[in-house]
Amino acid sequence: MNWLERSGLRTRPAQSWGSVRLVPLVRDEPIPGLRLDRRVYGDEPSVVAVGDGTGYVSYIPHAFVAVWSDGEGPAASYGTRLLDKDDRGMAPPSMPIRVRRRMARRVAKDRLRFLPLHMAIEGYLALHFRGPEIAWAEWSRRALAHGLSPRCEETYSGARVRGLEDALRIFEAHPDQCGVLVYVADALASAFVVPHPDDYRALHATLVEDLFGEIVYQYALLTLGTLDLGVPLEDASVRSLGDLRAAAARARTEWAGFHDEHMAGGLVQDGESHETVQHLRGFELSRSLPPFALHRENHIRESITGEDGRVAYLKSFRLSEAQIRRGHLLTRLAAHEWHLAATAGALGIGEGALGLRLERAGFGHLLRQDVLDHYRAEARREPVT
Amino acid sequence: MTETFADLIACEDVLMFVNAATTSTGQREFRHDEGEQRLSLGFLHAYMLENYRALYAAALALDINDHNAALIVRNLLRGAAAVDVETRRAEGRLIARRLVLLPPQRVYRLFRDLRRAGVNNRRTRAIMRDWLAARPDLAFDAVKYRAGVKRTVRHAHLGLDRETGTFLFAPRARKAYDRPIFESWRRAHHDQRAVYELPFTVAEGFAAKHGIPRAVFLERIEPRLTRLERLRLQEHARKAKVASVEADLGAMPLTRLATYVLSLPLDERSERRAELTGSLRTAARRTAGARAGTWGRVAAVLDDSFSTTGSAQKRRRPLAVALAGHHLLEALAAEYAPLWTSGRVDALMLYPFGPTPLGERILDALDTAPDRLVIISDGWDNAPPGLAAEVLRVWRTRLDPARRVAVTHLNPVYDADDFDVRRLAPTVPTAGVRDAENIPALVELARFAEGRSGLAELRAHLDDQVARFLAAPAPEAADAPALSAEAADAGSGPGASASAGAGG
Repeated sequence: MNWLERSGLRTRPAQSWGSVRLVPLVRDEPIPGLRLDRRVYGDEPSVVAVGDGTGYVSYIPHAFVAVWSDGEGPAASYGTRLLDKDDRGMAPPSMPIRVRRRMARRVAKDRLRFLPLHMAIEGYLALHFRGPEIAWAEWSRRALAHGLSPRCEETYSGARVRGLEDALRIFEAHPDQCGVLVYVADALASAFVVPHPDDYRALHATLVEDLFGEIVYQYALLTLGTLDLGVPLEDASVRSLGDLRAAAARARTEWAGFHDEHMAGGLVQDGESHETVQHLRGFELSRSLPPFALHRENHIRESITGEDGRVAYLKSFRLSEAQIRRGHLLTRLAAHEWHLAATAGALGIGEGALGLRLERAGFGHLLRQDVLDHYRAEARREPVT
Repeated sequence: MTETFADLIACEDVLMFVNAATTSTGQREFRHDEGEQRLSLGFLHAYMLENYRALYAAALALDINDHNAALIVRNLLRGAAAVDVETRRAEGRLIARRLVLLPPQRVYRLFRDLRRAGVNNRRTRAIMRDWLAARPDLAFDAVKYRAGVKRTVRHAHLGLDRETGTFLFAPRARKAYDRPIFESWRRAHHDQRAVYELPFTVAEGFAAKHGIPRAVFLERIEPRLTRLERLRLQEHARKAKVASVEADLGAMPLTRLATYVLSLPLDERSERRAELTGSLRTAARRTAGARAGTWGRVAAVLDDSFSTTGSAQKRRRPLAVALAGHHLLEALAAEYAPLWTSGRVDALMLYPFGPTPLGERILDALDTAPDRLVIISDGWDNAPPGLAAEVLRVWRTRLDPARRVAVTHLNPVYDADDFDVRRLAPTVPTAGVRDAENIPALVELARFAEGRSGLAELRAHLDDQVARFLAAPAPEAADAPALSAEAADAGSGPGASASAGAGG
């Protein structure tokens, strides 16, 4: 049973435009007790204080507000009303820069504010952020004192992904739709799930403001268009309209099976690490990091799950190759307590080659200058493959 | 069979062009923007003009939209030197006939475009002269389309009587005019009472100049409104609390009425349910005429998915065509089964919503064992994509090889990428549809086209249409009774107010 089935989500036929394919996910009934809505913050950059004095600077177009409600009834207007009242006190529009205290923060006792996708990205950026735990001789003074700081990654806004804006605009949402999977050139770029269809309708357009990795941006430039995945109906056995209807229904389930297994299969992998950020009344806000397997799909995710394991909210970000390599190197180093020779041995390469790989991945400043120079000279003498 | 490959291609090209010229208005659609539409349409026009000039001109006799008719006329007049006298004469007759049918503001705009393009050959001047001479009331035109008339007269070197000439070119030169409408125009500059003797679009400018409150202005200009101005202003007047602007809904053309109904908020629609449904049914029965109830069992698959929103320029147009088609088919059929893609059943409370599961709806429709199946949709079958085509293919090959059920697909949206309206399946004829009023003709035509008619037949059909078009008596006799000059100005395009505004 995959996570889609576990969460009560069912796959509906895809709608494609250009190289973008959008696969709608529907729920039979919304998740009771949790709602999401959107709060627009202006264009100004925000500073989020993560906690221990570390600054997190980022452009954040909007934030989602998760609302808990006790009753099981439809809570659409309930959430909206509360937001209006709350908005006035919360976000004075004239403030040029806002300091948000944490990524996820309780706004009131029944609501939690978090910035979409940034929690997941923060998880990735903070990966082994403290740097070497043991002061091996090769690491620079800076690496030992400040860890990986400053650590930065670049992403593209959805508006820059060619065709995504149009594809979202002309997408015809299903009545009970609670999520969507975005494919660009048939590679899974992002997953988005919300608890209630009304939330989805309100938030559908915000996908264009999401972050996408460089790989997605480049795939979108391939204007090859998507393949028509419609399978011809089996016509030999059709004797009546009933048969024809059954054949159509079969094609529909086949598509859903194919999609869930082959197209969306890479979203959740074995060997992921999860971190729970916050608990609230039976829901759990968490983020997960992939195993950083090279040359494979790697998605970082943030999600809200209920006690029964149903995914109420999910947003994912597909890492680019360079980002996967960085994550891979950091996890391997950490696994060997930042010992260069041991890590190199585990990777099956020489110590010098690992040093140069670190430099190419953008971590050159972690190594002492003379050590790095030594590796370079070594490489010049006998080229490393 | 003497059909050659080239004939088949010619045949397809012509049908493609007619579909495009029926549906595309060079305006933004749901999926393509204005630029893409114009580029695509411009290419088709150039292609047709170069390869099939005679058929291109003959398209003027068909039921294509005004935008494309004007484009064809412009292109034909531009490249007149390329053809012999006989062809030119035939084209001239078609052009003159079509110009009479076009709303005047469109013709004045066409003349403006000809002037901009530097087209001033003898034939063009003669066409302008004849058209202007045939106008029922040139003085009225000179007031309402002042800039248009002025430009045309200047471009074609036309002579005018003294007073009209003065009015157009030196209006301040006279202290008083003999013609009442010119005199009203002159007095309207300083006398508020004279404003109400002018056509609405001109009076609107003067009202702004005098600072007349909108409610007072609407109240008093009411008798001067044309039929479509009345329909357009009705809701606006209601908001301004002017009760007298009341369009006669029963007399409106069907598709326009459907557009109006869909523009109303849902609450109002349910309050006025009896009135709105009644006038839609009346209009449909009037359109169906003698054919009412003769179509046997009809099933219709009607698209009300999110894409029927259209665009800011063609708001809810595809849905309006489907709604009008729904009522027309109801009138035509003996037994009727409508199937909206969203699954809703109340036709009055429609709004664009949800995906387009055409395949499933077609299955539902075939379940009712109809004699005819009519599909009105933009052809973007997406839940799942391609199922409609598969269902229709298997239905034709396995279940109904004798073609007992006539299936027709009518598409109100031009697909700029394909240079045609989007098709559902190769076995099902697809025709572009502009107004639901043409559905009977299109369905008959499609039925005839299903047997893959050849170029010879198509030529014969076109010749027949051209002959009928040229021989037809008084224009717009059926649709818009041209009793007064005013009524004739009931422009049928979105440019009505724009072009007239330039005149005032």
